[in-house]
Amino acid sequence: MPGLDRLKPGQMGRVLNVGGAGALRRRLLDMGITPGTTVMIRKVAPLGDPIELCLRGYELSIRKADAKNIEVECEREVVEPTGRKEEAVPGRPS
Amino acid sequence: MNQRGGKRKRYRGGRPEKGLVFALVGNQNSGKTTLFNQLTGSRQRVGNWPGVTVEKKEGQVRAWGGISLIDLPGIYSLSPYTMEEVISRDYIIDERPDAVINVVDATNIERSLYLTLQLAELGTPMVVALNMMDEVRALGDSIDVRKLESELGVPVVPISANRNEGTGRLLARAVEVAQRRQIPPIHDICSGDVHKALHAIAHLVEDKARNRRYPVRYTATKLVEGDALVRDAIGLGPSETALIEDIVHKMEKDAKHDREALLADTRYDFIGGVVSRAVKRKRAYGEPTRSDRIDKLLTHRFWAYPIFLLIMFLVFEITFGFIGSTLRTGFAWVLDSGVSLIDGLLENAGASPWVTGLAVDGVLAGVSAVLSFMPVILLLFLCLSILEDSGYMARAAFMMDRLLRHLGLSGRSIIPMIMGFGCSVPAIMATRTLDNERDRRLTIFLTPFMSCGAKVPIYAVFTAAFFQKDQSLVMLSIYVLGAVIAVVSGLVLKKTVLRGEPAPFVLELPTYRLPTLKSVLLHMWEKTRGFVKRAFTVILAASVLIWFLQSFDFSLNMVADSSTSILAYVGMVIAPVLLPLGFGTWQAATALVTGFTAKEVVISTMAVLYVAEAGMLSTVLQGVFTPLSAYAFMAFTALYLPCVAAFSAMVREMGSWKWALGAAGFQTLVAWTVALIIFQGGRLLGLS
Repeated sequence: MPGLDRLKPGQMGRVLNVGGAGALRRRLLDMGITPGTTVMIRKVAPLGDPIELCLRGYELSIRKADAKNIEVECEREVVEPTGRKEEAVPGRPS
Repeated sequence: MNQRGGKRKRYRGGRPEKGLVFALVGNQNSGKTTLFNQLTGSRQRVGNWPGVTVEKKEGQVRAWGGISLIDLPGIYSLSPYTMEEVISRDYIIDERPDAVINVVDATNIERSLYLTLQLAELGTPMVVALNMMDEVRALGDSIDVRKLESELGVPVVPISANRNEGTGRLLARAVEVAQRRQIPPIHDICSGDVHKALHAIAHLVEDKARNRRYPVRYTATKLVEGDALVRDAIGLGPSETALIEDIVHKMEKDAKHDREALLADTRYDFIGGVVSRAVKRKRAYGEPTRSDRIDKLLTHRFWAYPIFLLIMFLVFEITFGFIGSTLRTGFAWVLDSGVSLIDGLLENAGASPWVTGLAVDGVLAGVSAVLSFMPVILLLFLCLSILEDSGYMARAAFMMDRLLRHLGLSGRSIIPMIMGFGCSVPAIMATRTLDNERDRRLTIFLTPFMSCGAKVPIYAVFTAAFFQKDQSLVMLSIYVLGAVIAVVSGLVLKKTVLRGEPAPFVLELPTYRLPTLKSVLLHMWEKTRGFVKRAFTVILAASVLIWFLQSFDFSLNMVADSSTSILAYVGMVIAPVLLPLGFGTWQAATALVTGFTAKEVVISTMAVLYVAEAGMLSTVLQGVFTPLSAYAFMAFTALYLPCVAAFSAMVREMGSWKWALGAAGFQTLVAWTVALIIFQGGRLLGLS
């Protein structure tokens, strides 16, 4: 499975597993990157790292090295990050 | 499950009998500080939590007598991994505030409620302040507050802290839950495997948790997560621990995820349900917001850095350019007039020369020299508060992280580093926003290498005397030297005394907001107040000491000529150390010592010691220094220990004299080495 760092701006993925350990992993989970969450890559920093994610209705920036530990499955490709009408609430459908 | 052993209200010593204490808890950027400022005005005390350099703010509520507000650090969770989160949970459990006011950013409700669910387990009366409702309305979204209230089981009050809307009602509800001791009900937010594990563990540890006055549900949740701090706090034996681990392992196996992911997932699942029923969003998921459109330019691949440099240039132009220097000159004039007025009064009153000397040359001269920086500091903080409140600082960190990581720092350190070119004092104070202690210390080590504004007079005098042709180029080279030395030092320090990984970079990029005048002014005042306070304490004491040393000889007679003073003797003792650097004169040594009070003093001391009239100093220096030793001297002043104001900021922000002394010693050693290399290397190359 690809890591989240492999997605390009505008692409969306569903989180399968959050790897890594300790404080950083917990922080990612606490910030809402949990298995099943839909995450979109909003943009990449000018020097190519870190990246900005859009999830749960807000924007979070993390490093590529950490994004690598987040396994995702590519959900769908959006050419421009315009966001078509999708479900109102991101996250795992309950 | 019964939540707490006793429902009796406990008062801490010194707390007024009828007084209520509310704790403000919320995410960073939730508007917590704005709300705190609205409620308390300027009646607040800022300090550190005992033992750690995490800001502790306390204030009295203006509108209601007898209510104190404690502003807890901005946090996202109650994990055992960060100091801020541990402080917050310990405070609520051990100090038992009468109510918790949980500030929730309504525009970012899902992520915010994650903390809310955890706070509700702490067994303390609680109110949710649903902040930024004005923005929710502006976005065209709606939130069913009643629904939210019934699903969460705690009162929810919509507010707009910015506009001071709903804050009165918020306080009323908080007082109500506090007086009724209305503890949030424990919801079963989970089902299945997690639910089973949670209940089994709760049953197992109920007694031990009660003994430690820990809420049972909270304890069980933390044990499922594998929280070692809670496990140790309630004193579990090995057999109980083994039993709990068995339960957790079974849960992990059945649910096919690990303990921490499972609980985070459980909470977010519950929140997802609540939000889908209570919140109606106009905007589709992922649709670009106004902030995204602004970011298209401000974090653009090519334009981001030019724009960043332009913004920094503007900040410097305002602070140190025309506006700043005019204000500073004006303010310095006012201070000087005040000093000469007092001087005249003392003389007329027939005060003895040493009284006049102490008051005018010691106390007033020293304090006013430092106070004359106040306009610059006010302006610098005005600009920086605007950048911070608007959300641009987070973008700067986002853009710089990649570069700073090479130095073992995270993107956030860029802010203090840049401010260091203005004044090290606010720069060091700004390290407070950094995530961990190691980053904070490393940044404080490096920030003074950025030549501050007070060193400009030194460079100006020396370049005018020795490098008339390439004055600005030589000056620039000193700035570059400082930056290069900072980079090298960073690389060395991260491999030696400050080993470790840079703070993880998990940063929320907040929505761009127009800063409100009130919050910017308050922010600015808060920082400036600390500076003024130091001017009248540490700096005053240091000025008096230096004055004493330069006015008396060892038999404590007042000297007519400072060349026979104790200070001159100190200079003579130090001078040999500076000999290999090319400026081993007692005058230069003394000037460097007095430079500790403020860097411009290096020049004023030289003027006194070389008995040079203003404007003539350059000529005198030409007879004492060579271009090579002058350059070595400039390099030394650029790098050696910062002034007393900056040093006292270092002590405060590093939370330790030992570390601050270590940093100052390190800086001086670096300065000595670099000056040595310049002077001796230059001589080898045949320069003079």
